[in-house]
Amino acid sequence: MKFGVLVFPGSNCDYDTYHVISEIAQQPVTFLWHDSASLENCDAILVPGGFAYGDYLRTGAIARFSPVMQSVKKFAAEGGPVLGICNGFQILCEAGLLPGALMRNAGLRYICKQVYLRTETTNSPYTQTLRKGEVIRIPIGHMEGNYFCDAETLARLESEDRIAFRYSTPAGEITAEANPNGSLSNIAGVLSEGRNVLGMMPHPDRSAEPLLGSSDGYKIFASLVKYLGVKEGPASQEMAVR
Amino acid sequence: MKSQPSAATVTPELLAQHGITLDEYARIEAALGRTPSLTELGIYSVMWSEHCSYKSSRVHLKRLPTKSDRVVQGPGENAGIIDVGDGWACAFKIESHNHPSYIEPYQGAATGVGGILRDIFTMGARPLAVMDSLRFGPIRDDGRTPHEIVHKNHSILEGVVHGIAGYGNCFGVPNLGGETRFEECYSGNPLVNAFALGLVRRDEIFYAKATGVGNPVIYVGAKTGRDGIHGATMASEEFKEGSEQKRPNVQVGDPFMEKLLLEACLEAMKTGAIVGIQDMGAAGLTCSTCEMGARGGVGLEVELDHVPQRETGMTAYEIMLSESQERMLLVADKGREKEVLDVFAKWGLDATIVGTVIAEPRLRILHHGELVADIPNQSLTDDAPVYHRPVGEWKAPVPAEPTKSALARLGFEDKVSDRDYTEDLRALLGSANICSKCWVHEQYDSMVQTNTVQGPGGEGGVMRIKGTRRGLAMALDGNGRWCYLDPKLGAKLAVAEAARKVACTGATPIAATNCLNFGNPEKPEIMAQLSAAIDGIAEACTVLGTPITGGNVSLYNETRGEGIYPTPVLGIVGILEDITKTVPADFRQEGDAVLLIGARKLPPIEHRLREFGSSEYAKTVLGEVWGAPPSLDLAAEAALQKCVAELAEAGLVHSARDISDGGVAVSLAEAAFANGVGVSANLTEPADLPAAWALFHESATQVIVSCAMASVEKVKAVVQKYPELLVANLGETVKDSLRIQINGKTVIEEHISGLQHVWANALEAALHEEVLA
Repeated sequence: MKFGVLVFPGSNCDYDTYHVISEIAQQPVTFLWHDSASLENCDAILVPGGFAYGDYLRTGAIARFSPVMQSVKKFAAEGGPVLGICNGFQILCEAGLLPGALMRNAGLRYICKQVYLRTETTNSPYTQTLRKGEVIRIPIGHMEGNYFCDAETLARLESEDRIAFRYSTPAGEITAEANPNGSLSNIAGVLSEGRNVLGMMPHPDRSAEPLLGSSDGYKIFASLVKYLGVKEGPASQEMAVR
Repeated sequence: MKSQPSAATVTPELLAQHGITLDEYARIEAALGRTPSLTELGIYSVMWSEHCSYKSSRVHLKRLPTKSDRVVQGPGENAGIIDVGDGWACAFKIESHNHPSYIEPYQGAATGVGGILRDIFTMGARPLAVMDSLRFGPIRDDGRTPHEIVHKNHSILEGVVHGIAGYGNCFGVPNLGGETRFEECYSGNPLVNAFALGLVRRDEIFYAKATGVGNPVIYVGAKTGRDGIHGATMASEEFKEGSEQKRPNVQVGDPFMEKLLLEACLEAMKTGAIVGIQDMGAAGLTCSTCEMGARGGVGLEVELDHVPQRETGMTAYEIMLSESQERMLLVADKGREKEVLDVFAKWGLDATIVGTVIAEPRLRILHHGELVADIPNQSLTDDAPVYHRPVGEWKAPVPAEPTKSALARLGFEDKVSDRDYTEDLRALLGSANICSKCWVHEQYDSMVQTNTVQGPGGEGGVMRIKGTRRGLAMALDGNGRWCYLDPKLGAKLAVAEAARKVACTGATPIAATNCLNFGNPEKPEIMAQLSAAIDGIAEACTVLGTPITGGNVSLYNETRGEGIYPTPVLGIVGILEDITKTVPADFRQEGDAVLLIGARKLPPIEHRLREFGSSEYAKTVLGEVWGAPPSLDLAAEAALQKCVAELAEAGLVHSARDISDGGVAVSLAEAAFANGVGVSANLTEPADLPAAWALFHESATQVIVSCAMASVEKVKAVVQKYPELLVANLGETVKDSLRIQINGKTVIEEHISGLQHVWANALEAALHEEVLA
């Protein structure tokens, strides 16, 4: 089992994500440079937070064209697990691996704080060890986290059980007050059609150790580790082109 | 090639434009032995500006203590460095960006953050955290400040906060908050002081020193444009009508570029091919070339044609004086240039050899092959003018004693008057200086790098050091009003409070950095403030064991002849040997004992009322300021800080919070908010002082701790080891209300959530009022 953390110019949660895998999950992990198309036999790809290419033009808009993303698309199409966190989520949306878009926060300000998420589905490599309806405490840190998609897409996401997390109150109620950024239907994270790609705005990498105030986010990594441990499939094969 | 640069036509007007006096010009001619070229005049103008040369403050700064066993690098480098153990060292520094932040708040503040971050990573340290000390004019209609000024203050506050957020968030360094205060005097002259801290292996520190004749000089980072020309000179004069026209002097920041520069520089340093490195901040290429040469006792020869340029047709003068951001100058080992250049190519950055190290200790600048400047380094750096400016006297124009109206409203006659003290507390909690700064802090990424153990809103920020058990704590403090009333005492109190905040986290304060924000040094009374404040800092830093390792002086903080309050801001860094023993500032649970630890010796009764005139209560609730700042016994303060560290080390306390703005009542309320744990406290006070004093006085050297009931005697036993200190039972934590009694009589009683609502929403509400107005 090997994890790959993508590094774009401007990624700034690359070390944080690497740290969780290497020190907390204690699994093999490597950085994958944006300019190389090789995924180096990784079994799961993590797209970290930050400001890839400065987020100039539009968040994720330039990153989607990088050589590594072409390989990630192929990897995902073959069922390989890909987790995008924050800027990673924005990149995956721009790359077409996930539906919808992330607009500027409703308050037009960057927000960094702890929020609560309700687990909406356990049917994914990332949430299988959580309970449906389980509320987790996890921080956000973004300017563009206001999730939007058209009505048809939302209906599909709901009918296909692809909404992974919603912003909620500590008691698990989905309210307008619990929604920090104006996201449609309080959506904090969504899954791809194949359920192998998850994008989420909150940072599980920042809530993986009690010393830092919360370890709820680690459950998402733990799920993925467990999933990879039992599943042998396309994820373990070399997907790189070139 | 001509043997010397072409002489400029020097007129009094030209010298005035460059802020060079006739005496200074005579020194330039003497140093060169000829008439300077225009480029040379420009170079002298920025290097001898107040901002770069510290010519007014230098003689006084020498009085600051700068050494201890922990200090690896004191003042004089890009940042100070202390040893933190386990092979790690910590580079840190505070710097002001006041003038640009008034003219263009977003970019001014953003480039302030960019500048201080470069100072840190120039030394090989990866920035670990930043904090800011901010001062603005009133943001609410106070009946005195004109509406348009309030409006302008809003836009400055919003621009500065967005700028700090925009830069730091993208760069990827957590911002742990700091402090934000408001006073009338900052309306035309906001203060933006950025404090940054980074980690470097003790044996991998880089210095801004050029060595090795024949070694290549390499320029890396952003291209040079016409932005920021004469920024350092602008920062060395007062603001007048039309200062906004200086907007082109303000630089524009690109945090993405800086992030690339950070990664590329740290990677290039790992190659071992870099000899010395300095960032291009104030005075850009000029400052980096002459300072690197001067430190190494060598010279640099640079051909400006090789400097990457953003615009065409730039003159030598413009290239040398540009303050374009995100640039570095480095000296590499001859023959190993390629290793360095390859790293920068990988990160997509410009890196060009622009010159070489020469034996002669001179700065030699060529443009199109022609010599345009040829200056002895020494004359720009160590031999820059030093002024012994007249030091006059300073006395604040306020009454020494409370006025009759203040005494009457204090309820001095009948000790517990009919005043509604709950209402007073609410007013304080909603006041600009005391209210929650959440609106500010939430716009900053405080968690990136996953080291933040205690973020904004606590006493100090606390970061873990990955791979060790240790942590670093940092805090900022400065109280302009106190320094206005008594510059020396006010400065001592700033050191004491910043160190106390660090101590409250459980850390031991180790070292300090200071940012001295003052008015026009050509006025003797301003020099009196500066000199006294430096004396205060020197005394406090000596007693508290926190030497100054660097910092920054910002003078000419005046608009239309009106100076700001003298505002020294202190940044203190402390070490936690065991990060798991970090002490939070907030009450943790119901049923804990709440104790007050403070100095045994209190000022005499008549002093206490005099000191009360400098409090937030006097200013906000009574609308008057009088008297003096709280008195300070540094020996007791040192004992308190040691005592709190000992309690933390023993794991005896659940929370620790110092008493500062708004006194014990505000401290108790703030400790209650975060976890919704209330408190019931009884203050035992002498009969001859008003209740308002008991609740809201801001005497120094006081900390509120909470602990398990079973630990009370153990806590007391620790405090009793310190003869300077006293410990008193205040009360206990309760479910969700705040109740304060004085000698058994209840004077404040309120549900926490009601108080918290006022405190949490005041700042945003004040900013919104403007939209409606």
